[in-house]
Amino acid sequence: MTPHAQKAAIFNKDEVRTDWHDASLWMVRKKRDFAVSEIPEWEFLREFASDIKMHTLSKLDDYLELFEKAAIQNGATVHWAEDAKEHNDIVLTILNKHQAKKMVKSKSMLTEECHLNEFLERHNIEVIDSDLGERIIQMLNEPPSHIVMPAIHLKKEEIGELFHRELHTEKGATDPQYLTEAARHHLREKFHTAQVALTGVNFGIAETGEVVVCTNEGNADMGVHLTPVQIHSMGIEKLIPRRSDLAVFTRLLARSATGQPVTVFTSHHRNPKPAGEMHIILVDNGRTEQLGKPDFRSSLKCIRCGACMNTCPIYRRSGGHSYETTIPGPIGSILTPGIDLKKHGQLPFASTLCGSCTDVCPVKIDIHTQLYKWRQIVSEAGLPEAGNKTMMSIMGNGLASPTFFHRLGNIGRKLLRLFPGKERFLSFTVWTKDRDLPKAPVESFREWYAKQAKDA
Amino acid sequence: MKVGLFIPCYMDQFYPQAAIATYKLLLKLGCDVEYPEGQTCCGQPLANAGNEAASRGSYLHFVTMFEKYDYIVAPSGSCVYHVRHHFDTLDQTDAVKKVRAKTLDLTEFLLDVLQISSLPAKYPHKVGLHQSCHGLRGLHLATSSELVNKPAASKLHELLSMVEGLTLVELDRKDECCGFGGTFSVKEPAISVKMGKDRIRDHFSKGAEVITAGDMSCLMHLEGIISRQNIPIKVIHIAEILNADEI
Repeated sequence: MTPHAQKAAIFNKDEVRTDWHDASLWMVRKKRDFAVSEIPEWEFLREFASDIKMHTLSKLDDYLELFEKAAIQNGATVHWAEDAKEHNDIVLTILNKHQAKKMVKSKSMLTEECHLNEFLERHNIEVIDSDLGERIIQMLNEPPSHIVMPAIHLKKEEIGELFHRELHTEKGATDPQYLTEAARHHLREKFHTAQVALTGVNFGIAETGEVVVCTNEGNADMGVHLTPVQIHSMGIEKLIPRRSDLAVFTRLLARSATGQPVTVFTSHHRNPKPAGEMHIILVDNGRTEQLGKPDFRSSLKCIRCGACMNTCPIYRRSGGHSYETTIPGPIGSILTPGIDLKKHGQLPFASTLCGSCTDVCPVKIDIHTQLYKWRQIVSEAGLPEAGNKTMMSIMGNGLASPTFFHRLGNIGRKLLRLFPGKERFLSFTVWTKDRDLPKAPVESFREWYAKQAKDA
Repeated sequence: MKVGLFIPCYMDQFYPQAAIATYKLLLKLGCDVEYPEGQTCCGQPLANAGNEAASRGSYLHFVTMFEKYDYIVAPSGSCVYHVRHHFDTLDQTDAVKKVRAKTLDLTEFLLDVLQISSLPAKYPHKVGLHQSCHGLRGLHLATSSELVNKPAASKLHELLSMVEGLTLVELDRKDECCGFGGTFSVKEPAISVKMGKDRIRDHFSKGAEVITAGDMSCLMHLEGIISRQNIPIKVIHIAEILNADEI
């Protein structure tokens, strides 16, 4: 079994919890459906957003330069990071320059991808994730299990216990408002004492050089406003050409993510504060390589809404941690094999190719087609997930040969007839552990048809 | 109009009654149907497992077997989707192009080519309809639930509404995947079975006596769980319902 299948099997041992996880995410999918139903031009918006992103990706180098130029004119400092290491080094250099020992950070999947927290902690910098869900999993020393709802795998009772331990809330408290209030006070102190704030970036606007950050908690703004130095870490695929393009995406993002019409905060950061510093780090970390793969290029359209996770019947029943990637679920399964095929090549197989992810995606990424294409690449690379190549080739020849094919089919059916009702004896096979085999009939359709032809 | 009947490999061996129903239904509707006996497999099992290259022989064999027909009809949205969508890796000769364009799922053949508006079918039962994913999102046999603002349409619903006495149950999740997914069913058995259980529960709790679908593979998976857990519900291919003329 693949590592994902193993983790999924463990997850499924607690069926009540699996049902709870599935229902929580399905509720978000239903909220999305309702929010979308109120926008008659939704399908047009998806197409429009997809076109804007494909256009931008086709001239990404030009737009990046345009963005850099505008950002510099605004007074920002622009850094280029080829990979995670360069990104982390740039952040550390900025921190060191200001002798900063404490940094607040709003939600950023990119910094998760770069493992920034661990890196900075090794350099004795305290990093405080200021998004509530992120703060919870940071306290637990766990990675996020979802890109929009990082602690969706946890129940409020578990958070109550954690806060009792870490924030000295009342034992047994589960009231979300009480617990959130405790987190607010805890974070307020961190906001006041941090010297640097780092945010993720939802959209970078090439014509204006500004970055746009969407949050529900206002934590990104709080961080930026209270600290003299602000850093915005941004994947290079986050660019859109014009500010007027933004509305297309803000209409799609929150509706797809949580079913809200718009995030509570949509903040534009353009200039440094008076006497402050504003840094923008443009990070590649494998994106250019993905851009160079025609079959997978469009995966870079992703706006990180998480809708494909909420709709995915596998994700809902295996949890984000089962994927062992920064971005889990369907989109992660097409983004990560390009980074490490050997490690993540198993993920394109963690799908039934049902296609729900493709139909829900607000920027029309053909996710399930790309999963299929990654499977072919995994196979070509000779990785075990795709089965033994020689065996597959023999089977392929067999399937092209009527004689072989019919004999094999008949043998299979007749073997099954030898064990009628005794499938449980065959429970060593994966299929029959929890499923019976079909009841084999006396004759196949082919045999029946041949008789008809003879009788006629 | 000459129709070539394609029967998926596992249906030929394990579910001949669904294949017979398809054949008889087409005859009943006046089609000149032939089952080319040299047919094998559309190649999907290997290709979905990542071995598209190894399936090439079966693709070419499929084209050779079926190129002479005006239409190729199969009681399986999944196989049809594979032929139409994934035979794009072959050289697009006239034969390949013709076969790809003319291979249809039974339900779309009935509605789009034969353009039937009634059926001499009777099936007085409460039925739950499972929308098989490849037919649903690959062949657009219905509007998927994600496409909220597109007009709701479903070829399978349309056909079932022509059947006398049949009552369709309303499901909580009208088009969630059953968890079969070909090799997925054995690569990820825990989730596969869990997805199947959840689907069955949805149908059963709404009072369905029977679960039907356009793809027997989904039903084979569900039937395996139903049988193991002794749940009083049956599975039946939609062709058998559409061909049912007695109680």
